[in-house]
Amino acid sequence: MTEKTVNLPIYLDYQATTPLDERVLKAMMPFLTEKFGNPHSVEHRFGWEAEAAVDVARKQVADLIGADEKEVIFTSGATESNNMAIKGIAFANYPQKNHVITVKSEHECVLASARSMEKMGFVVSYLDIDKDGLINLDQLEAMMTDKTILVSVMAVNNEIGVIQELKAIGRICHKHGVIFHTDAAQAVGKIPLDVREMHIDVMSISGHKIYGPKGVGALYLKKGTGIIPLFDGGGQEMGLRSGTLSPALCVGLGSACAISQMDMDKDFKHISTLSAALLSKIREGLNSAFLNGSEDMRYPGNLNLTFRGVKSDLLIADLKDVAISTGSACSSAKHKPSYVLAALGLDKSEIEASVRIGIGRMTTEDDINYTADYIIKTVQNLL
Amino acid sequence: MADNDLIYLDYNATVPIRPEVIKRMAEVMEEGGNPSSVHALGRKAKARMENARSIIASVINCRPQMIIFTSGGTEANNMAILSTGKSRLITSQVEHDSVRSAAARFDGKVDYLAVDHNGQIDHSALIKLLEEDAENTIVSILYANNETGVLQDIKKISAICHEAGAILHIDAIQALSKVPIDFKDMGVDLMSISSHKTGGPQGVGALVAHEKLPVKSFILGGGQELGRRGGTENIAGIAGFAKAVSMIEQSFQKMKLVEKWRDEIEQKIMDYSNEALFFGKNAPRLPNVSTIYMPNVSSETQVMNFDLDKICISSGSACSSGKVKASHVIEAMVKDKNIASSTIRMSMGWASEHSDAEAFIKSWKKQYDRKNR
Repeated sequence: MTEKTVNLPIYLDYQATTPLDERVLKAMMPFLTEKFGNPHSVEHRFGWEAEAAVDVARKQVADLIGADEKEVIFTSGATESNNMAIKGIAFANYPQKNHVITVKSEHECVLASARSMEKMGFVVSYLDIDKDGLINLDQLEAMMTDKTILVSVMAVNNEIGVIQELKAIGRICHKHGVIFHTDAAQAVGKIPLDVREMHIDVMSISGHKIYGPKGVGALYLKKGTGIIPLFDGGGQEMGLRSGTLSPALCVGLGSACAISQMDMDKDFKHISTLSAALLSKIREGLNSAFLNGSEDMRYPGNLNLTFRGVKSDLLIADLKDVAISTGSACSSAKHKPSYVLAALGLDKSEIEASVRIGIGRMTTEDDINYTADYIIKTVQNLL
Repeated sequence: MADNDLIYLDYNATVPIRPEVIKRMAEVMEEGGNPSSVHALGRKAKARMENARSIIASVINCRPQMIIFTSGGTEANNMAILSTGKSRLITSQVEHDSVRSAAARFDGKVDYLAVDHNGQIDHSALIKLLEEDAENTIVSILYANNETGVLQDIKKISAICHEAGAILHIDAIQALSKVPIDFKDMGVDLMSISSHKTGGPQGVGALVAHEKLPVKSFILGGGQELGRRGGTENIAGIAGFAKAVSMIEQSFQKMKLVEKWRDEIEQKIMDYSNEALFFGKNAPRLPNVSTIYMPNVSSETQVMNFDLDKICISSGSACSSGKVKASHVIEAMVKDKNIASSTIRMSMGWASEHSDAEAFIKSWKKQYDRKNR
């Protein structure tokens, strides 16, 4: 063990939230201090300066995903973006069309939005996932009708890290004249995304999942896509999202995107190496452990593991020096069993024996070595 | 780049963040953590957030669980109006754009109360409107007007609403940290507040709502905020908001000074020209704002001239997407579009100085002379 070089506790919950990158904080600070203007004050320089900064940030977000800056709307976070995408687009096409397709393993906020649409008279179909966590493209195509408005499929799953075949999904959607939305909160800045090449019409983006601040996100909305705002007011963001923008938060998201774009290869390599090392150590040390979701079609920063015969809440409680989780932060506080793992085909005892380990930009090799040994030892004690 | 020698007199658009707030936010940002995570870092973030909630609750005198954090005042206003399930809305002609546009979307009957020349709502008209269907009605009133600072008598309005069986929402966004706010004593059911009008950061606000009300956000998600507003909370923003609100005594002390300077501005301008008008001057109003009519010079020209003198003011609300248009608030008060389109707003705050007021007076007189002497 290389205990002496490790800072405890070790944070390995990068899907819940990421530390703010120091470079991002540095970019934000001037907009909290001397450049405090309201970006919608069109009548003086404080306002212009704030607006200019917001525009630069908008360009940085757009560049990362291959969009035009006019197609980026700032929101309070990916939850708002997802709500806006699903409800706003569905309502904009109602009542001519009334059908929405999504996946059983989507993030809670997408499913909550979908359920609320059902209450309002929309029809929602839920795609299954296979044992790898992937949707079946034939099932998707078979679900489409001439009433289908929107398909919403998550890019990288928050619980199991599986990457869906976005390009193929987008192609099917466009073949049928259906709008394609992807919740890319866990994917943006981590894997290459290009909205044009992947036929993506709408995308949800989060700040705090990419080493940016909490309280900010974005919605990419392809030019010409009809949408109804969630709420109204001063008509900011081209009338689509009212409310005073926070230049500091927008700059934070923009610079987090720019840094992710610049460092994507480096980050990916770093995280892949650490992830592979952790996985192989755990597999060597514990033959009761298995990985959930596809091993190839996954973002390596997410390892969702089942330790057969061990209760994950006891394991987490015993792993005092390592911050990991049982799944989504939103539902982990409520201690509900994971519906994502259930959709994957795990039984109740397997679900209750599963944990999510999140590796990120700031994770070190020593962190991983320490954690691997620590987990192996703790699991063995619990067995 | 904003020059250091610029004079900022647009506090009602946004307030510079207090240095103490920045310090607190930087600490929280360094710390990180998702308040919904159950591990130690998550619990620490959660504790930070709940501490902030308690601080704000104690300042505005409500129970902490009544506070639902949002992305800002606009979201809070929309949520209040659109999510309580009422089928009828009564509001006024002088509301902020966020309430006006939520009213336009409201699924049901909407009535707009007129105001008198002092900007105050006609209480008897409200009583009359509430003779019918009160139990299905939500009344939404702007406590302190963003353009004129005029304050409504909320205690009285609240009594009228409750007597009739309606619920009352107030938009207290401009009032917070400028005049005392007591949620319990005012007897309101719902109240919107915003951080960046108090010296806190942009991007955070709250809806204060009685637990008994079935408030639900249009942002659904992971069950945060007791299931009333989804999305990972902006903890640094929330902590900054609480820090700004906690500095309420300093704010009130400064407001006393600012009020003197504002009165001095109005007195000196009145002494100089008997044509100038000050909107809301004869009503109870915020201590930091003056909304002034200058004959023969359009709002747009005044804004430009002040800008040339390095003074930042505005023609009204900052929200109106890039266009300088006549204020609906002034028009409702004076019923005269010409007057409304030659009016500007100056507003001061915690970092204002007496010399700012002097510079404003000098520039105002110069512009007035150019067209009127």
